[in-house]
Amino acid sequence: MTTATVTSTPARQARQRRRTRSVGFHVLAVVVAVVILYPGAWMVMSSFKPSGEIVGNVNLWPETWTLDNYVSALSGIGGVSFWTFVLNSLILAVGSVVGVVLSASVSAYAFARISFPGRGVFFAIMIGTMLLPFHVVIIPQYILFNSMGMVNTFLPLLAPKFLATEAFFVFLMVQFLRGLPRELDEAARIDGCGHWGIFRRVLLPLMRPAVITSSIFAFIWSWNDFLGPLLYLKRPDTYPLPIALRLYVDQTSVSDYGAQMAMAVLALVPVLLFFVVFQRYLVDGVATQGLKG
Amino acid sequence: MTVSAATAERSGPAGVRGTATSSSPARGGAGPRRNRADTKAGYAFLSPWLLGFGLLTAGPMLMSLYLAFTDYNLFRAPTFVGLDNFAALFADARFLKSAQVTAIYVVVGVPVKLAAALAVAVLLNARHRGQGAYRSMFYAPSLIGASVSVAIVWRAMFIDDGVADRIQQLLGFPAGGWVGDPGMTMPMMILLAVWQFGAPMVIFLAGLKQIPAELHEAAAVDGAGPVRRFVSVTIPMLSPVLFFNLLLETIGAFQVFSSAFIISGGTGGPADSTLFYTFYLYIKGFTEFRMGYASAMAWVLVIVVGVITAVLFRTSRAWVHYTGDVR
Repeated sequence: MTTATVTSTPARQARQRRRTRSVGFHVLAVVVAVVILYPGAWMVMSSFKPSGEIVGNVNLWPETWTLDNYVSALSGIGGVSFWTFVLNSLILAVGSVVGVVLSASVSAYAFARISFPGRGVFFAIMIGTMLLPFHVVIIPQYILFNSMGMVNTFLPLLAPKFLATEAFFVFLMVQFLRGLPRELDEAARIDGCGHWGIFRRVLLPLMRPAVITSSIFAFIWSWNDFLGPLLYLKRPDTYPLPIALRLYVDQTSVSDYGAQMAMAVLALVPVLLFFVVFQRYLVDGVATQGLKG
Repeated sequence: MTVSAATAERSGPAGVRGTATSSSPARGGAGPRRNRADTKAGYAFLSPWLLGFGLLTAGPMLMSLYLAFTDYNLFRAPTFVGLDNFAALFADARFLKSAQVTAIYVVVGVPVKLAAALAVAVLLNARHRGQGAYRSMFYAPSLIGASVSVAIVWRAMFIDDGVADRIQQLLGFPAGGWVGDPGMTMPMMILLAVWQFGAPMVIFLAGLKQIPAELHEAAAVDGAGPVRRFVSVTIPMLSPVLFFNLLLETIGAFQVFSSAFIISGGTGGPADSTLFYTFYLYIKGFTEFRMGYASAMAWVLVIVVGVITAVLFRTSRAWVHYTGDVR
């Protein structure tokens, strides 16, 4: 009897201490979470408030609920339907995904699996382009695409994706390929596969996680891109959502915050959906990126 | 089964090649024919990147280097003006202002953001239930932070008599606007950057997980308290990740554009207080069509970012600690 109580006291103390620490952890984490989530929650809740009730209203819960903001957001801008903007954004985002996955996976295979003269230099250059300020190329690229009559088409925005200019994706896939055993290549080669066979039939199917991560990032970055469409798309019927959103903010009177919030929410819906469904891939993709440098 | 077609296609040499290389996969045993085939295949597979690099990065960089020494407006042929653009830049008050705005944003914003990221990463690294959910939640702003939607929300929150104003009064600070006050737009922009601490936090967290627990235990046995352990164990072990985050965030901070563009309504105001470097470059290049001048700006940016990167790499030898197999 007595021995049992003696041994249980330090154990109970330890458990007590662990519980206190756990409570402290959750209190701190929740405080951070509230600060982080507040702007997003404020945006969503404001989109259901009458316009006059938004600015300066700290309370999240609407006093009166309304869908009017969504009605005016969905009614389009300057004669162009809201769904046209959605369609433009979708074409750009899906096109980006296709381009990035095709070009980055093939280029990554060359870097990770084939030995040829110049590979090391090109790899170093590829890493170097990740550090290069993108703005140094926008003027000459504009001059180039303008001279080819491509302004107001999606080509200037999609062509770079098909040419693997975003080194992040190539690097991500190189890192993933380096983690796959080389014996796979050798086995396939003994079975008579050339490089294309090894890539297409053996490695590409195994690269699924890297392909999924790249696809999600390519989609979201294209969906949120503002500078690219701002440079190349000048006709309202070619606008993707971010540019339409900007036009909307500029055109509507300053007081119509409700409709602005509604449209801001609608523009983020696909990104948030992707996030909810694929958060593991996204967060792990970011996490591994910093470690294997 | 699936490889049978390829086997039939090139059965002869493939078999020979397979046996020759299986013993030494990296290099050596392969004959010159294999090397030539690999070279061809290498360039074929790399062709998308090679084309992209040549046509959309290297070529344009050379072109903008040339344009930087010319007067060019897209409609008339460029005329060579020597160093005039660079001389004009450093006499241009708005250029100097934009450089100053960007410098403050980088020098203050990046350390604050990284400190927040590190603090929260250390908090989350203590293994408690719900850690994964918090990690995802805190990462979310990094995904949407650069979007126009968030910029619109930020403007609505920080406008005069807006939510930010109310909150600062609730906390006992004097009332005052943000968006309309040239002295307050920088804190507002830095808050927007810090709000997106999630991406570096995730990278810090992955780095923290790689620190062997024995190191902390050994330090604790030697009598080191939590602060001492953080400074003497965590920071040195985390230094490669810290360096990576510092480099990435610094380069990223130099390129901030869309949020400042939306929040200021495309003006860079009030009083040019949100006229970031890339924003002014955009105005010069694409609203005034002074493309030679804007190219000179672009090259000044490349040189500044290049020098900072080089300095970071140089100093990293003194404070970045690589263990064993890494590098």
